[in-house]
Amino acid sequence: MWTVVACLVPPLIISVFIFGIQTLIITAVSVVSCVAVEAASQKLLGREVTIKDGSAVITGMLLAFVIPPGVSPLLPILAAVMAIYIGKHILGGIGYNFFNPALLGRAFLLATFPVAMTSAWLPPLQNGSIMKYIGGIDAVTTATPLAVMKEHGMAAFTKAFGSGGDMYLHFFLGWRPGCIGETSGLLILLGGLFLIYKGYTTWHIPVSILGTIALLSWAFGGKGYFTGDPLLAVLSGGALLGAFFMANDYVTCPTNKRSQIVYGIGIGALTVLIRLKGGYPEGICYAILLMNPLSPVFDGWFKPKRFAPPQGGAK
Amino acid sequence: MLSLLTFPLGGVHPPESKKLTEGLSIEPMPVPDELEVILGQHIGAPCTPIVAKRADVKEGDIIGTVTKGLGVPLHAPAAGKIKDMGMSAHPMRTSAPSITITVDHEAVPAVYEKRDWEKLEPQELLAGVRDGGIIGIGGAGFPTHVKLSPPADNPINTLILNGAECEPYITADHRQMVECAGDIVEGAKILLKILGIQKCVIGIENNKPDAIAAMTKAAKEGSTSKYLIAVNALKVKYPQGSEKQLIQAVTGRKVPAFALPSAVGVVVQNVSTARAVYDAVGLGKPLCEKVVTISGKGIKRQANLLVKIGTKVSDIVAYLGGTVPGLTKVVMGGPMMGFAVSNLDVPVTKTTSAILFLTADEIDTRPHSQCIRCGWCLDACPMGLEPKEIGIYVEANRAEDTEPLGVFECFECGSCAYVCPAKRPLVQFIRLAKMKAKRK
Ligand code: SF4
Ligand code: SF4
Repeated sequence: MWTVVACLVPPLIISVFIFGIQTLIITAVSVVSCVAVEAASQKLLGREVTIKDGSAVITGMLLAFVIPPGVSPLLPILAAVMAIYIGKHILGGIGYNFFNPALLGRAFLLATFPVAMTSAWLPPLQNGSIMKYIGGIDAVTTATPLAVMKEHGMAAFTKAFGSGGDMYLHFFLGWRPGCIGETSGLLILLGGLFLIYKGYTTWHIPVSILGTIALLSWAFGGKGYFTGDPLLAVLSGGALLGAFFMANDYVTCPTNKRSQIVYGIGIGALTVLIRLKGGYPEGICYAILLMNPLSPVFDGWFKPKRFAPPQGGAK
Repeated sequence: MLSLLTFPLGGVHPPESKKLTEGLSIEPMPVPDELEVILGQHIGAPCTPIVAKRADVKEGDIIGTVTKGLGVPLHAPAAGKIKDMGMSAHPMRTSAPSITITVDHEAVPAVYEKRDWEKLEPQELLAGVRDGGIIGIGGAGFPTHVKLSPPADNPINTLILNGAECEPYITADHRQMVECAGDIVEGAKILLKILGIQKCVIGIENNKPDAIAAMTKAAKEGSTSKYLIAVNALKVKYPQGSEKQLIQAVTGRKVPAFALPSAVGVVVQNVSTARAVYDAVGLGKPLCEKVVTISGKGIKRQANLLVKIGTKVSDIVAYLGGTVPGLTKVVMGGPMMGFAVSNLDVPVTKTTSAILFLTADEIDTRPHSQCIRCGWCLDACPMGLEPKEIGIYVEANRAEDTEPLGVFECFECGSCAYVCPAKRPLVQFIRLAKMKAKRK
């Protein structure tokens, strides 16, 4: 578990350089509240307190990573209660919760603080003054790439974020508006690959999600069919973070490889559907939450391949 | 050298921990003053004693026979006097009936002479295997002569000798392959003659290059136009030495669930069993002793010991200089499939291949927690089962409903429990599930 935490630290550090020191504050608040709520819920429900396993720390970090950098630090506290107490412990406790707690926390915030959650974006810092916003944050300052594209189209997008190699590079490194920890494709990718290399997770879910997003965005994301930009689709929003760190959360994803692929394709398809047709510019959060409860269903469909069936059919 | 063979589905790589003993030559342990020979050494009904209390026995005398079902006779491992017929501590059951022999250290040592087994008929050889008390001493303890008499409708074409020794720590087979390669190959030829076939493949995991070299040399020297014996290096992966996985690695054939290897034309024997077959048939020496790896950091001195059947663990501990403070767990067998014992009076049986004295840093004593559904156990299971489901059923008191999940196909290799990050005792859950599902 602590390896996952370690993999989440680089994106956090870079977020400080992109958006300023308050990303660190929000993340710290979120982690502390998640751990505290975990301990309190387990005490309250008479269960063993397991905060040492690090899972609440991960939830706290991921929760902070999917909220905008300009929100009040009170929001993650509320979300922690929702994510850990309701999402994790009331719904069964470790191993039995069927929604990803961090995303449940985000969904809750999105429903209760829709304005802050969809507008408290900050433009990337230009001059490295990471303390810039510490004295108070101006209201709406910018909009995320996906929102611009959704509401104003590709032309406005190009005007705001540029195009071609420069734009891709900025997106890949993380210099774009977005949630705290979702912007740096490079660091998320490195962290995710490290986890795969170490054997903590496998390629099945991330690859099927990102592959589906790229394919469907290319087919339906542009003006005509097959004119969308698959690379941009993967680099924007929370696609990478979701694919490498959220969708493959052990507890809420299917356990065998074939169902994991179906699940990943489902998430990818829903993400693109929400991005293109839904009411929100970004869809991976809801896509994962919608697919989470289906995990056991997929596991029921696809059983692992047995070594060899009994002779002459079932015994 | 041939490319490395392996089985495709599942498997794990536990730390090998073989360095402790793999370089140590087999060392005969002096016979202790007393031996406790358990009557039920093999699968099937235990032997019935045929000697009286206070009777004198010579080494190799038959002291117990089988009256019903499968089985082989039991021999006195050493000369002495029958002291008692009572109960002994047992590694798996708490206690089991046994014969206690007070060893006569003055007795004239038994001498065994080489015989020309080639002159004997297959039937006579088979009888020699049975009368020598030979059972599958590498594993389950299935009477060897039964395995050598497959049903007539399953023609056999390959004999596989299992030298994988995939369990961590154990090096008993390894040392026998290095030191007694010729005897093992000779045993293989006897087995081939009994089966009436030519081809024998010896599978050895690639972490034992010296054993592969010794066996390859012996196999080359021993092969004739009648007996074709070859060595195949296997990839190091647990459980490579499990019968079904080994057969698949070597021949590509899959033994169906609940069927015997003969269903795919194969008979598997352990290398140490092949050596015992040679001893019994080629030298007329019944199965009286056993090479056992004594390892782990919890004992003063590690060794590959040649011990008499019936030697108590406590005698071995005394011989090796005692245990070390910090010893936490004593396991009969390997760390993956062995059984923890709480009583050092347990005697060595024909199927004991190792006794491990493990300290706290060699075992995982963390408590188990709920399943976090990571799915690692599914990826590790060589039988393609869902161990986590079985565990959850057992915890939900529905152990008897686990048959559709394939509990009976599980051979308790422990791969699932080894990888489980929640340290769930999956093998124990499965044993419980099997018991309940059988009763249903
Ligand atoms: S112990 Fe049984 S369930 Fe577990 S990995 Fe081995 S065969 Fe599979
Ligand atoms: S390895 Fe352990 S925690 Fe993971 S799914 Fe299997 S039983 Fe559950």
